[in-house]
Amino acid sequence: MKAPGLLAVTRATLAKDLRLEWRSKDAINSMLFFSLLVVVIFSFAFDPTAEVSRKIAGGLVWVAMLFATIMALNQTWARELRNNVMDAYRVSPAPPNAMFLAKTIGSFIFVTILELLMTPLFVMFYNLRSIGPVWQLVVIALLATWALVVNGTFFAVISIHTRSREIMLPLILFPISIPAILAMVSATTLVLTGEYSPLFWMQLLAVYDVVFTTVCLVLFEIVLNAE
Amino acid sequence: MKLKLILFALVTLGLLSYGLYMALVVAPTEATMGDVQRIFYYHVPSAWTAFLCFLINALASIWYLVKRTERSDAIAVSSAEVGVVFCTIVLLTGPIWARPVWGIWWTWDARLTSTLVLWLIYVAYLMLRRFSASGRAPVIAAALAVFGFFDVPFVYLSIRIFRTQHPQPVIAGGEGSGLDPTMAKAFLWNMIAFTVYGLLVMWLRYRLELAERSVEEAHAEKSMQEGA
Amino acid sequence: MSFTYTPDSVAAVTTPAVSLFEITKHFGRFAALRGVSAEFMPGKLYVILGENGAGKSTLLRIVAGLLAPTRGELRVLGTGKLREVALRVGYMGHAPLLYDELDAMENMRYFAGLYGIKDDALCATVLGRVGLDAKLRRRVGQYSQGMRQRTSLARAIVHDPELLLLDEPFSNVDVASAKDMAHLLGVMRDQGKTIFVVTHQAPVMQPVADECIVITAGRLTAREKGIPRHLLSPYAAEVRR
Repeated sequence: MKAPGLLAVTRATLAKDLRLEWRSKDAINSMLFFSLLVVVIFSFAFDPTAEVSRKIAGGLVWVAMLFATIMALNQTWARELRNNVMDAYRVSPAPPNAMFLAKTIGSFIFVTILELLMTPLFVMFYNLRSIGPVWQLVVIALLATWALVVNGTFFAVISIHTRSREIMLPLILFPISIPAILAMVSATTLVLTGEYSPLFWMQLLAVYDVVFTTVCLVLFEIVLNAE
Repeated sequence: MKLKLILFALVTLGLLSYGLYMALVVAPTEATMGDVQRIFYYHVPSAWTAFLCFLINALASIWYLVKRTERSDAIAVSSAEVGVVFCTIVLLTGPIWARPVWGIWWTWDARLTSTLVLWLIYVAYLMLRRFSASGRAPVIAAALAVFGFFDVPFVYLSIRIFRTQHPQPVIAGGEGSGLDPTMAKAFLWNMIAFTVYGLLVMWLRYRLELAERSVEEAHAEKSMQEGA
Repeated sequence: MSFTYTPDSVAAVTTPAVSLFEITKHFGRFAALRGVSAEFMPGKLYVILGENGAGKSTLLRIVAGLLAPTRGELRVLGTGKLREVALRVGYMGHAPLLYDELDAMENMRYFAGLYGIKDDALCATVLGRVGLDAKLRRRVGQYSQGMRQRTSLARAIVHDPELLLLDEPFSNVDVASAKDMAHLLGVMRDQGKTIFVVTHQAPVMQPVADECIVITAGRLTAREKGIPRHLLSPYAAEVRR
């Protein structure tokens, strides 16, 4: 019997989390409804012409996604705290980073599903039509979602051990994510309006993703075991 | 230790007073902006001192994560608190200066935005320390400081690029604008004075932090002896 | 007299399974553990007794590697680096340490996977050892406390650990389940495992305990063979005063 490898535990933990999520449907329902509400409210708040909507849709979509992501992240670790299940993991020889990766990927899948559901709604309510190529929007969405989710998962595990956990997460996450948010909003707007190439912003997001994924992986075990 | 402290405090007082004199009396009134410009002698040195404090915090946090010494954590707390104070001063004096002179309260240029983001990160840092259990606080706060350290270059870079695509009004004459020699002298004295002042307050806070910890330690030791 | 050669077999017998030296734990101003020192030989079942808040759980968590001591040295299974021996240590916490929305086999499969075990048959066998039906599809959250504690125990022993640490395994458990579990622990001890049990229910453990230690206000105040009568009742110490 050998200690399990990173990939194996990540896969097992991800499968377990997806199964748990499917069973309880806690987060899914509230998030779906929340996303719908956000889109509707934003539509009332901003009722622009097609021309203007292309300029602001990028910002609106990503702000909405940011709030939805916070909600998704807040409950990522909640289940591990119930019944102190995290202790069982920490005591085992399984590598801590496997849990981090599994949680991050799980949240990534989750938020991506939300994006897939919210985008048609946005397109509908704002009569959006992208001038730039849509594949670029897909790449931007992938990079942006990872940027939010990787830092979000890390900060979520920090904030669950604090006194006001729900408010602590956005408090820490937003400032650190500002460059990523600027990048994703700018890139999306550039593609929608077809002004310039969003390439630089996409590169920035990619570098951001690499740097912060590394920082998270390096620091996670330390933070997990801080008592 | 006490003697060094008093000497240091006196030197600081002297520097600050001289800086005040230079800024308000000696330095000439600026041609276009008038006397309001004198805020510059406080705005920029505060910014520099704040950044210095945050840099010290980043280094102390990394040291703490590696070596776990109490001193490095005490330095981290002290530098974060003092840094936030100076950063607040920057963010308050900026708009006060900008409004009468340039007609706008705020602009999203690289420097101002980076300052604001740093302020947000470190206010979050202080809140994290306050809201965490005492055993965890140093480690996770240090982790946040590391994140902040890597984040600031991204903030600066992203805003710079954003500005080339969306030009914004320029505050404070942009980088590299010249200074009249007397103004430069006043500016320099205030830079030194503020740096020294910042270090003094940090030192005091650091000693306070160490003292608080030895009190905790003593309490714990005392409760160890009970019922022996 | 000095020995210049120690055969491995002798060394194995004389190396303690767990050795504590001046283990101290401070939580802010509160000293939960105040310099606990002791050595525990392998192959024995130790019962840890003491009042609420005396520091028993804290001590167990430190041995399990979940908490770091403020001061002192700890050696578990011959090493100070607990991560290295994590594969050979099993821990059962005061809380169930299980996922409520999964059934017993799903829980077992996941936790066994954390130890590198991918054997469904083994999981089923271990569940059988603690007296549970592996084919039961009911979610663990709907179990009775007795069943839940049994499942938690199964989870802790699935990887056949040499060292087993149990924190209040019998809390809110029916007498029959408790006796079964205690009997199982005795069997495991007979197979050569080292077992530590923190409990308030000394009588349940009395038939199988090798030694008991008493923790009072963060200190190790007594160490006896078996469980002597005056320690059987949690109030006995109070009554004697």
